[in-house]
Amino acid sequence: MSWFIENVDLIWGLTANHVALSIVPIVLGFAIAMPLGWIANRRLALRSIVITGGSLLYTIPSLPLFVILPYVLGTKITDDRNIVVALTLYAIAMMVRTAADALAAVPADAIEAATAMGYSTWTRFWLVEFPLAGPVLLAGLRVVSASTIALVSVGAIIGSANLGYLYTNGKQRDFLEEIVIGIVASLVIALVFDVVLVLLGRVLMPWTRRRGRTRFRSILPVEGVA
Amino acid sequence: MQFFLDAFRWLLDPANYVAGAQSPLPIQARIGEHLFYSVVSVVIAAIIALPLGFYIGHTGRGRQFVIGFTGGMRALPTLGLLMALFVIVGATVPFTQAAFVASIIALVILAIPSTLAGAYAGIESVDSQTVDAGRASGMTELQVLSQIEIPLSLPLIIGGIRASALQVIATAVIASYISLGGLGSIIASGIGLNDNNRILGGAMLVTVLALVVDGIFALAQRLTRRRGFSDTRQQKTHVRGRSLGPVTVAGTTADEGKK
Repeated sequence: MSWFIENVDLIWGLTANHVALSIVPIVLGFAIAMPLGWIANRRLALRSIVITGGSLLYTIPSLPLFVILPYVLGTKITDDRNIVVALTLYAIAMMVRTAADALAAVPADAIEAATAMGYSTWTRFWLVEFPLAGPVLLAGLRVVSASTIALVSVGAIIGSANLGYLYTNGKQRDFLEEIVIGIVASLVIALVFDVVLVLLGRVLMPWTRRRGRTRFRSILPVEGVA
Repeated sequence: MQFFLDAFRWLLDPANYVAGAQSPLPIQARIGEHLFYSVVSVVIAAIIALPLGFYIGHTGRGRQFVIGFTGGMRALPTLGLLMALFVIVGATVPFTQAAFVASIIALVILAIPSTLAGAYAGIESVDSQTVDAGRASGMTELQVLSQIEIPLSLPLIIGGIRASALQVIATAVIASYISLGGLGSIIASGIGLNDNNRILGGAMLVTVLALVVDGIFALAQRLTRRRGFSDTRQQKTHVRGRSLGPVTVAGTTADEGKK
């Protein structure tokens, strides 16, 4: 415990950087994956390109991607931008499939009704498709959030100052406490992010709350709203 | 682009494949090591997770446990787990073996959630009418499991193993940091020597290995898919065109999450 108290500043600084490195990919990944997922549902050919591309991208192991990107982006290998770009790519790869599936599961009746009422494609997307796909999108976003936060620490191997530093440093000093504190801090960040996402979901989608705790499958908007 | 061309040249240089060479170690030996660690870990994880997943999928007991466990494991930082195990194992096991033992334990731990989720989701996705038909024709529970549920859900079960294999291949790269061999050690030595060819060449090798393994598993999933089964299920649950049938929804628990 004494090590923790003596190094609170260090841990806090690493945690703050860890959070910063996680938020950007989560937000950017979601923002980029949504239009891609929407496009994927318009044309079957595009769908297979987007989904296959996503899963291939997702297959690339993290450390290799971290070290390849500097050569593509022209950045230095220790630059944090490599990590942000790599994690954003993973977030897109994970989210695009969820986005496509969630939008495809919006009931055709609702879409036809909106079209019949004269909604433009743009308005219909924001007022009908996006909210009805919301619960599935939220579930996908929670997965992206948890794995992005866990992945950030791999960047410590190439010199990024985040909680992963506590793992590599603790290993060099043969000091378990430091590593465990780093793991716990990372888990706490993931938990806080998850709680924030769930609360955001409750605020933005109040209709999902009324149904109480539903089983995994019944979070589908098909049953939730129809 | 020049960097990539140079790395390709490095990859194709016969000097890097001389059998028995000490420096640089032949690339094919590194690939062999990497595959060896991965296969050992995935097999151990499957021995632990598949029976458990079958049990949970068949009885429906402990479903909440699987969902919570796989979700929670996603948040566990792989690098932290590796380092913690290295320090713990290093205290009891001789230094020369510590990296191997710690890495395999970490890789097994990381491979379990996806394998478990795939097995559980697969068994649960089997149509309950089909299961009841088996019972009605006098099958024992074990026969229902082995002759109906497992064959019908093989694509999803393999999908779970596929996700954990990719996870293991990726994490084994990181394990080079605790001086485990394999392809990660090419990247690590490249970073140490500031040698672009090794960094990029090693990274490309791992990526190709991951893609090839992924492709093999995808093929296995396709070959084990029963035509009649998945077709009818998909149609029954269609909402509009391509919907989230129960099969796809269940499948995502195994596929998602990146390390």
